[in-house]
Amino acid sequence: MSKDWPLWEVFIRSKHGLSHKHVGSIHATDAEMAMNNARDVYTRRNEGASIWVVPSVQIVSSAPGDKGMLFDPSEDKVYRHPTFYDVPSDVENM
Amino acid sequence: MNTREQQQFEYLLRLGDSDLILGQRLSAWLGHAPVLEEEMATGNVALDLVGQARSWLSLAGELEAQGRDADRLAYFRDAFDYRNVLITERPNGDYAYTIMRQFLFDAYHYPLLQQLSGSAHEGIREVAAKSVKEVEYHVRRSSEWVIRMGDGTQESHQRIQAALDDLWMYTGEMLTPDDVDDALLEAGVGADLEQVAWSWHDRVRAVTEEATLTLPDESWMQQGGKQGRHTEHLGYILAEMQHLPRSYPDARW
Repeated sequence: MSKDWPLWEVFIRSKHGLSHKHVGSIHATDAEMAMNNARDVYTRRNEGASIWVVPSVQIVSSAPGDKGMLFDPSEDKVYRHPTFYDVPSDVENM
Repeated sequence: MNTREQQQFEYLLRLGDSDLILGQRLSAWLGHAPVLEEEMATGNVALDLVGQARSWLSLAGELEAQGRDADRLAYFRDAFDYRNVLITERPNGDYAYTIMRQFLFDAYHYPLLQQLSGSAHEGIREVAAKSVKEVEYHVRRSSEWVIRMGDGTQESHQRIQAALDDLWMYTGEMLTPDDVDDALLEAGVGADLEQVAWSWHDRVRAVTEEATLTLPDESWMQQGGKQGRHTEHLGYILAEMQHLPRSYPDARW
């Protein structure tokens, strides 16, 4: 068994942000301590309005080798971008 | 200062000095904490406490009206003029000892500040209302640690139990009112230590029970910090803390 505490990924939603953003990771014995440590390490300068912590082992990540297969095909599909119609001038907030 | 102001001044020194000395003690962990996360957490708590000390000592200085600001009060008083409770000057020991000292203090500090948030004194009310949010977190964190160490490995259990046994005799002073406490309670300015003691006992009982720790028997309690009678440790703390401003009184960042 590893001597280190388990690793947790930390996501913070800032005061003005709409969604949580990955900010880094911390070690902690369990969920409560992970929350405490995330608060102590990553919100010292008024960054946060909400914290998520997730055990790093629970993150499922795409393999770097699959990059071509997963992402290249979308490169030449410009028609998927909503840029082919005119927005009427009196429509705000598009 | 008249008697009433003198008592208020004493009271503010007790609040400020306890925060300052514990903050100074905790600061000594910087660079030595067991893991990075604890280093940050301990530093945060230390800074909270020193910040609170600054507020209390500023109020004390204003009340005294002799031109002493928070720095002057912090750096140019000797041990017998300090009014911190004795538990705050206990040495750091191992990490279990530091955590237990913190928990026993936090469990007192939190209900104390809750009460002071309703003080008739505007300055005290404001500082307490701001500080109580910081301390609500302190007590949560130290409680979690006590539970984990107590209910952890055999070694962690034994270490935190030893810390509890050793620190127990320094807990009575926090919860026992003297003339100054009584006078300020009467005036609606100070906290009701009887209520604080109830809250303290409730929390300490619940947390130590969950931590599978054994509370020491009721026994003789140390007193004196609030009146300026300190253990031998305070002089060394002050020597380190005050060395620079005393050697170079005009030193600036």
